[in-house]
Amino acid sequence: MTADPLSKMFSALADPTRRDIVARLAIGDATVGELARPYDVTVQAVSKHLKVLEGAGLVSRSQDAQRRPVHLEAEVFDLMTKWIERYRLRAEERYRRLDGLLRTMPDDIEPMPPETGAPR
Amino acid sequence: MTTNTHETEIISDPDVPLVRIIRGFDAPREKVFRAHTDPELVVQWLGPRRHEMRIDHFDCRTGGSYRYLHVSDGSEYGFHGCFHEVRPSETIVQTFTYEGVPDGVALERLVFEDTGDGRTLLTSTSLVDTFEGRDAFVASGMEDGLREAYERLDELLAG
Repeated sequence: MTADPLSKMFSALADPTRRDIVARLAIGDATVGELARPYDVTVQAVSKHLKVLEGAGLVSRSQDAQRRPVHLEAEVFDLMTKWIERYRLRAEERYRRLDGLLRTMPDDIEPMPPETGAPR
Repeated sequence: MTTNTHETEIISDPDVPLVRIIRGFDAPREKVFRAHTDPELVVQWLGPRRHEMRIDHFDCRTGGSYRYLHVSDGSEYGFHGCFHEVRPSETIVQTFTYEGVPDGVALERLVFEDTGDGRTLLTSTSLVDTFEGRDAFVASGMEDGLREAYERLDELLAG
């Protein structure tokens, strides 16, 4: 438990198969067998991926001993998306200030400021 | 590609520790470029809204360097880097370090693309050496939001 939660989520989703599994689970809960079916992999391989996703808090498994369907923790997943969205809004806010500044600048301005010679 | 919208697009690559920001501007690229190279202009838009931005030095040319501070409530946050390659109106390749994490460094590439009609598409890509570093980079300057996110996450994981 050294990595922080968000890093864990990012690395859990760094794998394309795991992203596929998350996309599949976004539609609804599924068993390991159901998840393994579309891939050319064993149930064991899918179980390994699920362990990583579980460790990152992105999925959970019910206690129903027979089927143990896998459930996407949509709220956790949304949290990560929101975090990126916040970063996006921060950049957008900065660039809107730049929009305003660009409107005040003459159109024929040089791309580089004049050389100042001596370091300031 | 979005041609009509100005909105910022973020790409957080799952395979390589980079973050890419794409944004269109309703101005020719000479102007957009100048706003990135002239310290008197940079200071007017680059800093976060809540902080005052103070430039220590800003020598935007190949082989030059920069350092600036964000100041708020008596706290100073320093940032510095080198301009590795500056090609007027086209490209800026630079390094970026937040002085709170002095060993961390991002390699940034800003590409200014003329999309016609006097418009510019700016693509800025920041590459760091680990995913943890990338995530910290995305989180930099948004400590409040992140703390809140961690708290909520702890609650969710505990529940």
